[in-house]
Amino acid sequence: MEDKIAIAIDDLTVAYNYKPVLWDIDLQIPEGVLMAIVGPNGAGKSTLLKSILDIIKPLAGTVTVYEKPYKKQRHLVAYVPQKGSVDWDFPTTALDVVMMGTYGSLGWIKRPGKAEKKLALEALEKVGMLTFQDRQISQLSGGQQQRIFLARALVQNAAIYFMDEPFQGVDATTEKAIIQILKELRKAGKTVVVVHHDLQTVPEYFDWVTFLNVKKIATGPVAQIFNDDNLTKTYGINYKTSIVE
Amino acid sequence: MKQYFDLLMMDYTLQIITLGTAVLGALCGVLGSFAVLRKQSLLGDAISHASLPGIAIVFLVLGVKNNNGLLFGALLSGLVSAVFIKGIISKTHLKSDTALGVVLSTFFGFGMLLLTYIQKLPNANQSGLEKYLFGQAATLLASDVWLMSAIAGIALIVVLLFWKEFKMVLFDADYTTTLGFHVKFIDTLMTSFIVIAIVLGLQTVGVVLMSAMLLAPAAAARQWTNSLSKMVFLAGIFGATSGVLGTAISASANNLSTGPVIVLIATVFVMISFVFSPIRGLLFRQIKLWKNRNDLKLMKTLLFMYNIAKNHENISHPHKIQLLNNFQGYTRKSLKSLESEELILLDKGDWSLTEKGFDTAKNLYTNQS
Repeated sequence: MEDKIAIAIDDLTVAYNYKPVLWDIDLQIPEGVLMAIVGPNGAGKSTLLKSILDIIKPLAGTVTVYEKPYKKQRHLVAYVPQKGSVDWDFPTTALDVVMMGTYGSLGWIKRPGKAEKKLALEALEKVGMLTFQDRQISQLSGGQQQRIFLARALVQNAAIYFMDEPFQGVDATTEKAIIQILKELRKAGKTVVVVHHDLQTVPEYFDWVTFLNVKKIATGPVAQIFNDDNLTKTYGINYKTSIVE
Repeated sequence: MKQYFDLLMMDYTLQIITLGTAVLGALCGVLGSFAVLRKQSLLGDAISHASLPGIAIVFLVLGVKNNNGLLFGALLSGLVSAVFIKGIISKTHLKSDTALGVVLSTFFGFGMLLLTYIQKLPNANQSGLEKYLFGQAATLLASDVWLMSAIAGIALIVVLLFWKEFKMVLFDADYTTTLGFHVKFIDTLMTSFIVIAIVLGLQTVGVVLMSAMLLAPAAAARQWTNSLSKMVFLAGIFGATSGVLGTAISASANNLSTGPVIVLIATVFVMISFVFSPIRGLLFRQIKLWKNRNDLKLMKTLLFMYNIAKNHENISHPHKIQLLNNFQGYTRKSLKSLESEELILLDKGDWSLTEKGFDTAKNLYTNQS
């Protein structure tokens, strides 16, 4: 059975000041997978997401979303950036941040109205943050901030979700809540791509995995390719662990 | 004060200047909020200093002091400096503070050099260019104020139209890109208006103090609210008030330069806000700290009582107050406040826990461990 390809990346190369960060990445992500991108620090995991999303301009390469260039398919794609990438002291509320998820479909100048607010409140409820809607965002805990970011992406009702380390610095309860939502997204036929750090939880959380260290090492179903061999190739140290057992 | 109002009623020039500084203050407050939140506070300072050579060069070329022409020169040179700063940051490994510092001092130094050169020229027109260093509100003409008002009106419309876009870019530019918005356009629009506001203020406040005009009202406003719209509105009010008050004070007192007085008033707003704001103010935070510390002391005493009382079958069994003597955490006052919260009962030399006090202490204990 050949699955439909949600995202196809061809020959993607990114460099900062002549130092390659991503080298000639070819990657096809099938529709409906919950995929982890793993690799050591500096492997280019976040950069891969950002260059797929056109936040960073690659030196070369193309990104295709459902057989059309990404730029024409932005509305199908939602992004959850790293929590630390924004200033949480910004004067705004949790609801306001989640509302930003509706701005893309609103387009230029048009203001959000009742319909948009309703969508935002629904998303807040999904992540269990409804009671915090009027809270100033700096007064939220790290886990709550992460949930707000997730809710903002959920509002977009996209087909594909990219998340940059959504489990970083959140407590166990939030982690379980987030993974629950991700699994629901997959069940609804969405494709979810997550930059992930905790190798222990890869088999439990994900069904697809990509090993990345500047170059693509391997990609495929967790059950088939998440093994000591690929871990060793990616992390460069001899991986004889109990992770896969 | 009354004298000032009489003067304001009578004196057309003073009316013009007051209107001018009010509009300028409001404009700077509104746009300054964006500069502060964009973390571009120093960019304003660099651009205002960097506008000096533009003023001097236009004067050298034209040979006359045409105010609009000079401001146009200031605008160009400010924009060139902004391009240099952004270029240095993106093309080298230097951090933004270094880039700002280098560009600011180079442009300003060059401007000063040209200014001293101009002063030695045998041209009767030359004097008066120094006013752009510290500003001279008295030279504001009605036409200047109309220009300011028109641009402030345009800026207001742009801010209202692009409110959603500005807010999103300020908070999370990367995310804005993924939604399909042209972040560079939004950013350029915002920066352009900040530069225009700076240039408009040069005549009144001068290149040296202009950044304070931009930043102080915004910094003060941030203390009072956690909402962007309220912050921008408040900053506009603070800016306009600084302008009006500053003009009034300098008009009432002899020989006080208007620009510096306006900036000082704005700074007073900042200081008051830092201390007295109920949300983020130092005073309020200190009071909260004291209150917390006090509450904690009371709870410590209550816990101590709990540990004694729990050994008895009747939790409200009275004990001697002297029993507490071994423990440092109690005073008459703290016992009184425990009593007023109905956590304990006092009876002459005895105390006893109430039901509520017992439960409170018990919960404290379980929460702690």
